[in-house]
Amino acid sequence: MVNRTKSKRVAGELMDKDTMLDLYHEMVLVRRLEEAFETLYQEGKIGGFLHLYIGQEAVGSGVIGARQPQDRVITAYRDHGIAISCGIDPKSIVAELFGKEAGTSKGRGGSMHLGNTDLNFWGGHAIVGAHMPLATGMAMADKYRGSDAVTICLFGDGATNGGYFHEALNLSMVWDLPILWVCENNQYGMGTAVERASAVTEIRQKAEGYGMPNERVDGMDILKVYEATSKNLDLVRKNGPFFLELMTYRFRGHSIGDPERYREKEEIDMWRKDDPIGIFRKHLLSTNGLTDAVLDNIEAKAQSEIEEAIKFAEASADPSLDSLFDYVYVD
Amino acid sequence: MAEVTLIEGIRQAMDEELARDERVFIVGEDVGPRGGVFRATEGLYEKYGGSRVVDSPLAELSIVGMGIGAALYGLRPICEIQFADFIHPAFNQIVNEAAKMCYRSNGAWTVPMVIRAPYGGGIGGGLYHSQSVEAFFTHVPGLKVVVPSNPRDAKGLLKSAVRDPNPVIYFEPKKGYRLIKGELPEEDDLLVPIGQASISRQGKDLSVFAYGMMHYYTLQAAEIVAEEGIDVEVVDLRTLLPIDEQTILKSVEKTGKALIVYEGNLTGGYGAEISAILAEKAFVSLDAPIRRLAGPDVPAAPFSHPLQDWFMLDVSKIAAGIRSMAEY
Repeated sequence: MVNRTKSKRVAGELMDKDTMLDLYHEMVLVRRLEEAFETLYQEGKIGGFLHLYIGQEAVGSGVIGARQPQDRVITAYRDHGIAISCGIDPKSIVAELFGKEAGTSKGRGGSMHLGNTDLNFWGGHAIVGAHMPLATGMAMADKYRGSDAVTICLFGDGATNGGYFHEALNLSMVWDLPILWVCENNQYGMGTAVERASAVTEIRQKAEGYGMPNERVDGMDILKVYEATSKNLDLVRKNGPFFLELMTYRFRGHSIGDPERYREKEEIDMWRKDDPIGIFRKHLLSTNGLTDAVLDNIEAKAQSEIEEAIKFAEASADPSLDSLFDYVYVD
Repeated sequence: MAEVTLIEGIRQAMDEELARDERVFIVGEDVGPRGGVFRATEGLYEKYGGSRVVDSPLAELSIVGMGIGAALYGLRPICEIQFADFIHPAFNQIVNEAAKMCYRSNGAWTVPMVIRAPYGGGIGGGLYHSQSVEAFFTHVPGLKVVVPSNPRDAKGLLKSAVRDPNPVIYFEPKKGYRLIKGELPEEDDLLVPIGQASISRQGKDLSVFAYGMMHYYTLQAAEIVAEEGIDVEVVDLRTLLPIDEQTILKSVEKTGKALIVYEGNLTGGYGAEISAILAEKAFVSLDAPIRRLAGPDVPAAPFSHPLQDWFMLDVSKIAAGIRSMAEY
């Protein structure tokens, strides 16, 4: 498990080989975790609602891989991959989805509400777009205290059609807040395609309306995501808000049980050719003198970590019923 | 002891808390140089500067949402919603984010924040500047809901709210801002605990439960009926959530009769909860049916003055309610 808060990224520098291997491991770990969740759900071992990150791994790993330890991360409900990238142990994530005591919030939150203060990960949030005003508050608090931290707020294309988004973007510019807004444009807000829900299909144009500098980048290629994030985090530290739109695609439905009547199989197949893990692997093999054996080894390691995590979660205790009334208030 | 208005108590509380703790800041619409639409923040911008008395866009969900984010990170925001009627755009932020943050994180994240909102009618404000919205929020565990009825409580409760580690909604009876006056003890650090009702008038014939502006009217009504020989006990609820059940039950055990007075709409209003508590836990003490005197079930207070007067409870309506209860 890579502890991303230990990252010693030098501003503006591109990824070194070790970082690449760490991030390759992380992306595979996320993929294996999500595949395992899919199976566990079908087996009835986890319930509720499950939104998988498969296909979008380059976004989470690239963006968070480029952060400094003081930079905060806050995201929406598709948060398992983001949680891994922030450094949360897969064991406590699986335990959380099992509703167990050893979960990130002792089973209180479940899939959409992972988080860890020490890792500066301020949560998955279930209500579309509602975490964006919270991001403005965190950034305001950093500015208030004179810290050089940036708040990285991730959200989907769907969130950009609601009021929270517009108020939050506006406020961030008016108050000159240190926020990197990251739109994970996976082309669908639940089952509705961007062009059916958004007046502009190029989401970054919405940032133009607020006079906010912006960029649209290929979100399937982690090298591009990492580079754009590094560069723009430095800009945010100096100049205030920046809007980064990352073009990506989810290979699974919006949530488990989505019949996906809104898109053609051909479209999914076309995007799957651009699998972010495949793209990264090809790059590592062709330019970094790495062998298939090295990468296969990393993949096997990720697989066994997930198997371990599931065993751990299955063996964990349920939270005690007495805890129901804990933390309604704090003293 | 100096006599001050209710709004002066509120202003002093914010002044003292800003001076005491650098993490405290005020955010809201026109709270800065203008000093707030009701002048609750008058002079604070000049004293503490624009980074601590912050003018926001006219965007309530942002005011509250931003406050939650800042509170999560350890600041102590006082968010002003200009009228309680405008709080609805922030409903999700309050109910889904602020109230649930501590619970969902198993205690890891807390939201030490105050949301101040002037509520209530009788000022000719019409449908969207007169509402009493407390019942929406008293249904939400994780929130605290406070309504002061006099300058001392206004100051002491607000100072306590700022120091409370939980989200506190602090509703201010705006008609009483300058109408309600009272003595303010010259204590260095006047704190009134959240969660405690107070017996503002001792009596033996019946108990009247009220808060905010209705409490002010109830005290006057109690004096009028006292001349007719009815001895009313008045309980100022002060904190609506968490509820001070003990004080409520004790009063009814003593008097045997309960009248609940509140300005919001009757149905599903806060008085229904008090009534239910009494029915469940004080049934054997009751000598008469519990009664609620509340705003009528219409969508909001109409603008027209005669209609507004018909909508609003006042001293004579409360006195009439007391008399009919006493006769039972």
